[in-house]
Amino acid sequence: MTTADVLMLALGAVAVGAAAAVVTTRQIVRAGLWLVVALGSLAGLYLVLSAELVAWVQVLIYVGAVVVLLLFAVMLTRAPIGVSEDLDRSRWPGLLIGGGAGLGLAALLIDAYQWSTVDLADGAGAEEVGAAIFRSWVLPFEVLSVLLLAALVGAIVISRPDVSARVGR
Amino acid sequence: MGGYLGSYATLGLLLAVGVLFFLVAMTANRLLRTNRPSAAKSTTYECGLDPVGGDWAQAQIRYYVYAYLYVLFAVEAVFLFPWAVIFDDPGFGMTAVVEMGIFVGVLALGLLYAWRKRVLQWT
Amino acid sequence: MRFLTQDPTLADFGHDPWWLILLKIVVAFIFGMSMILLGVWFERRVVARMAVRPGLNQVGPFGLLQTLADGIKGILKEDLLPRTADKVVFFFAPTVPAIFALTALSVIPFGPMVSIFGVQTPLQVTDVPVAVLVVLACSAMGIYGIVLGGWASGSTYPLLGGLRSSAQMISYEVAMGLSIVAVFMTAGTMSTSGIVAAQAGGSEASWSIFGWHPTVPSWYAILLIPSFLIFVVSAFGETNRAPFDLPEAETELVAGYMTEYSSIKFLLYLLSEYVAMVVMSSIIATMFLGGWRAPWPITAFWSGANSGWWPLLWFLAKVVLLLFIFVWVRATLPRLRYDQFMKLGWKVLLPVNLIWILLLGGLRVMQDEQFSGRNRWLIIGGAVVAVLLVALLWPARKAEPKTTLEEQMSARPSGSFPLPPLDLQVPPSPRAKRVVAERRPANVTASGAGSGQVADADTDADEKEV
Repeated sequence: MTTADVLMLALGAVAVGAAAAVVTTRQIVRAGLWLVVALGSLAGLYLVLSAELVAWVQVLIYVGAVVVLLLFAVMLTRAPIGVSEDLDRSRWPGLLIGGGAGLGLAALLIDAYQWSTVDLADGAGAEEVGAAIFRSWVLPFEVLSVLLLAALVGAIVISRPDVSARVGR
Repeated sequence: MGGYLGSYATLGLLLAVGVLFFLVAMTANRLLRTNRPSAAKSTTYECGLDPVGGDWAQAQIRYYVYAYLYVLFAVEAVFLFPWAVIFDDPGFGMTAVVEMGIFVGVLALGLLYAWRKRVLQWT
Repeated sequence: MRFLTQDPTLADFGHDPWWLILLKIVVAFIFGMSMILLGVWFERRVVARMAVRPGLNQVGPFGLLQTLADGIKGILKEDLLPRTADKVVFFFAPTVPAIFALTALSVIPFGPMVSIFGVQTPLQVTDVPVAVLVVLACSAMGIYGIVLGGWASGSTYPLLGGLRSSAQMISYEVAMGLSIVAVFMTAGTMSTSGIVAAQAGGSEASWSIFGWHPTVPSWYAILLIPSFLIFVVSAFGETNRAPFDLPEAETELVAGYMTEYSSIKFLLYLLSEYVAMVVMSSIIATMFLGGWRAPWPITAFWSGANSGWWPLLWFLAKVVLLLFIFVWVRATLPRLRYDQFMKLGWKVLLPVNLIWILLLGGLRVMQDEQFSGRNRWLIIGGAVVAVLLVALLWPARKAEPKTTLEEQMSARPSGSFPLPPLDLQVPPSPRAKRVVAERRPANVTASGAGSGQVADADTDADEKEV
C-alpha cells in the first residue's frame, strides 16, 4: 500500500459516509453541508489521482457554486433549524434505486477495466485539459454552452412569474 | 512523499494549523469568559422588541436567479482558465479564439436575456 | 552569479525538510496576523487622521497595540447563544472564512530562492501549477461562513443579511474569476511563482513606432489595466469593504449576518474581513504589481535589489500600500445602494471583462501569426470601425413620455389613499394669527420696557380671551 492508496481509501470512505448522511439526516440544511463534505472528498480523490485542475474545478463549481445555489433555494423556500418531521421519503424504493445504480455502475466499471493499471500522470494541469478540450472535444464544449443557456432561461421563466407573464402579453 | 503530493500536504498542514489556532482561541475563550446565562440574553435581537413568530423570513426569489447566474459564469470561467493557458501555443491560434468566442457569445446571450427581462434590475 | 535573481520554478517546491515547512507555515501565519493588526490600526488611525480626529493613541506607541488589547478583551467577554440557534453550525460558521483565507496565504510568493540554514528554498510556503485556483476556491469557501452564520442564528435580520451578503460575494466572485483570465493568457501559467516570473523584465516590443521599439511595461497592472481595475473593484466587493460594505449597513440590517454573534465568534468574523483584505492585497501585489520584484527606478541602479532577502521588503511595502488604499477608499467614498452595487457587478464589470478577454485573445493571436503589417492594421482598423458603428447605431433609449401631474393622479388605482387637492392653500394656523394680533399692542406699549413686560402682556391677553 502506497501513500496514495491509503489516501484513496480514506477519502473514498469519507465520501460514501457523507453521501449516506446526506440522505439520512432529517435536517435539510445539514444535508447540504454533508453534500459539501462528500463533494470535497471527491475533489481530494481527484487530487490524489493527480488531476489537479479537475480537483480545483470540482471545489470551485460544485462546492463553491452548486451547493450555494442549493442552499439559496432551500433558504428561500423553507429552512427550519432542527429536525423536519414532514420530510417524505420512501425508504425502500430509494434504497433499491440508489443501491442498484451504484452496484450496476461499479459492475460496469470493474468489467470495463478489469485489473489493467494506468500510470498516474505527473500532475495533469491546465495545459493537458485545455489541449484535450480544444483539440478533440470542441463540439461537446460548444453544446455545453447551449445547455447552460437553456437552463438559465428556464430558471428565469420559472422563478419570475412576472417575466413570463410579460412574455405572454 | 514526492513533490506533487508534498505540495498539497503542505497546503493541508496549513489548513490544519489554522483549525488548531482557532480551536485554541475558542478554548481560551471558553476558559476565560464570564458566563451568567439568562432567558433574556438568549432571545434573538429584534431591535428591542420581543421576537414574535418563527425565525424564518420570506426573501426575494431574485437571489436564486443571481446564484444561478453565478453557476453559469463560474462554469464559463472554469473553461476559460485552461483555454487562457494554451490558446497561445502553436497549433491553436485563431481557431481556439473563435471557438471560445462562440462559447462566450452563447453565454453572453443568457446575460442579455436576463438583462432584457429586467432580472438584473434590483427594484 | 550571486546577484542574479533566482526565480523559483515549480520543481523547487515540495522538497523542503519538515522543519522548514513548519517554519514557513508559522512565518506565514505571523505575517497574516501582523498584517491584520496593521490593517485594523490603519482602519482606526488613518481614518481618524483623515477625519481630523486624533484616533488611537493610548495603548502602545501610536496606539499600535490597541487591536491586541481589544482582542484580549473580546476573549474575556460572555458568549451568548440564541435559544433558536442551530448550535453546531452556529459554532463553526465564524471560523470558516478566517481559516480558508489564511490557507490562501500559502501560495503567495514572498520572495525568490533564499538560503535558510543552508537549505536552498523558495520564500513561499508551497506552489502548485494551479495555485491561483486555490486562492479562488478559498475565497469561494468564505461564502459558507456568511450564509451559514446568518442562517444558524435563527433570527430574521441575520438570515436576510446573510443572503444579501452572499449574493453580493458571488456576484463579485464572477467578475474576479474572469479578470484573472487575462493574466493567465499573458503569463501562460496559473502558478503564482510563474506569474511573478513572467512579470520579470520589460522586453522590447515586436512592433515599432517609426523604428523605435518601446519597452513593454512588465507589470500587469499597466499591461492589462482593464483586468487590474476590474480585479481591484471586485476585490473590494468580495471582501465586503467600503464602498461595498452593504452587509454592515446597520440602518437596514442591524449588523447583518453577525447580529447574534458575541465574544470570540464575533471577533472571528471581524478578523476574517481583515484576513481577506490581507490576502487580496497580497494577490493583487503578486498578480498585477510584479510580486516581490523591486519597482522600476530601484532596479535601474541596483542590480542586487531582486536577490537574497531584499524582495521580502518590496513585497511587504506593496502589501502595506494596498492595505492603506483599502482604508483610504473607505474614508473617502460613501456606501453604494444595493441596486447600484448589483448593477455595477453584472451590467458593467462582467460584460466589459468578457469583451476585453476576447479582444486580448484576438490581438495576441494576431501578433503570433505574423500577419504582414498592412493586413494587421486593416484588421485592427476594421474592428475599430465596427465598434464605432455599433456605438453610433445603438438604439438610443426612448425618452419617457412626459405626463402631467393630473394624468399621474388620475392613473392611480381606485381606492388609493386620498390626495390633498393640487391647489391646496394651507390656511394659517389660528394660534399663529392670535400671537401676531396679541404682540402688536405689546410692542407698542413696550417703549423702553423690558421683556418681562411683554410676557406679562401676553398672559394678560390670554386671560382676557378666556
